[in-house]
Amino acid sequence: MAREQHDYDDIPGTFVFDAERSREGFGINMFCMSLMKDENRKAFQANEAEYLKKFKLTPEQTEAVLKRDYNRMLELGGNIYFTAKLGATDGHSFQHLAAVMTGNSQDDYAKMMLGGGRNVEGNRSRSGKNAPSKFLSGAAPAKNRTAAKPKAKAKAKAKPKPKVKKSKPRAKSAKRK
Amino acid sequence: MARIIAGVGSSHVPAIGAALDNGRTEEPYWKRVFSGFEKSQEWMRETKPDVAIIVYNDHASAFSVEMIPTFALGCAAEFPPADEGWGPRPVPVVQGHPALASHIAQSVILDEFDLTICNKMEVDHGMTVPMNLLFGKVDKSAHWPCPVIPLAVNVVMYPPPTGHRCYMLGRAIRKAVESYPDDLRVVIFGTGGLSHQISGPRAGLINSKWDKHFLDNLSKDPQKLAKIPHIDYMREAGAEGIEMVMWLIMRGALDDKVDEVYRFYTVPASNTAVGHIILENRAKVASKGAAKHKPAAAKHKRAAARAKVDRIHS
Repeated sequence: MAREQHDYDDIPGTFVFDAERSREGFGINMFCMSLMKDENRKAFQANEAEYLKKFKLTPEQTEAVLKRDYNRMLELGGNIYFTAKLGATDGHSFQHLAAVMTGNSQDDYAKMMLGGGRNVEGNRSRSGKNAPSKFLSGAAPAKNRTAAKPKAKAKAKAKPKPKVKKSKPRAKSAKRK
Repeated sequence: MARIIAGVGSSHVPAIGAALDNGRTEEPYWKRVFSGFEKSQEWMRETKPDVAIIVYNDHASAFSVEMIPTFALGCAAEFPPADEGWGPRPVPVVQGHPALASHIAQSVILDEFDLTICNKMEVDHGMTVPMNLLFGKVDKSAHWPCPVIPLAVNVVMYPPPTGHRCYMLGRAIRKAVESYPDDLRVVIFGTGGLSHQISGPRAGLINSKWDKHFLDNLSKDPQKLAKIPHIDYMREAGAEGIEMVMWLIMRGALDDKVDEVYRFYTVPASNTAVGHIILENRAKVASKGAAKHKPAAAKHKRAAARAKVDRIHS
């Protein structure tokens, strides 16, 4: 059965670990969990393919693990907190895995992080939903006197409303297709 | 009666724990992070809570994919640090507060929040890193300054509980604490975040504008934050940034009006934007059994609190 479609499938470069992936990836994640124990790490390193048989992975999942294709593991139901244990077993830092997943050298990835990380602009949507969240545009309450700096109302070209009242009827537009 | 006097929001980046454990806190990269918590440790020493409730998430340590409780409350007498693959962190075993914890469980379940009860549980960096940031480094053979009630939230498998559900659970926790007969001063922590994505080709995402907005509205308009849908967290703050919903449990447990007394923000620690905030309830009781504050004194105190607020570092 094809994967159900979800609003979050529109986020680029992201495999959301949802209940469906959790079910499909149970074997991958339990395999990774087993690597918490030294004796299991040794058994895996001695014969990777043989060790993996215990976890009833699909052939695609087995291939992704053996090739250390971290993005594919995520796509097939692996979760990053679990797959990171495989990376650690290989002696890699987390930043190494992040670099691999993003297709960067570790140096370039580290530089990007030091420079403030990956910009969200242009990275929100695969289908052009690049407008910032409406929750970013609501103005702060006017009675707030604590803010020393004037608010950068960057996105909110709309009228700066003093307060977004919860009862206010709002067009629930782009949220769900 | 017991009372929640303040809330603490803090990131729980594992690399912060590793830097502390490996004596790297003086390196410029890490000093930038740790220096932001010096005042917080001072605040914590002055505040001296009797109990801390710490909302955090487990990262494939105590819970694998075998069981994924949405809300799991630690009611045990103690919680050993988990072995996260490099041996347990060299921190003391966390002492619980089983009496208050089971009181909270009983109260919030009858308020229709169906918690999982954990009478045996190990705790990972998600909890011990914020403890170090607020309590300082504590030798393995010593004791943490106060007992802790862990509340583990599933934010690993989608969907985590909604922000609104978290906020309302916080309120139920406040009610539960206030119906506990002993005179305890409680601080509640919301941990995790702020913006970060550590998985997939979009890893490394940071959104400081989002984070600042979130921090600003914790005191100004938490109800607005409680309405943010999951998709907005994931798009704007990263797939793993969704764990910010845990801060809303902390916020819900505080009074409607709070004073922001401290804030710190820096990018990055490892792959994450580090955010930290301290919010105090206005009717804070200075010491056990102290008389009610006078309105004029409270007003003065609020002004003083505002003056203390540190501007965002970025």
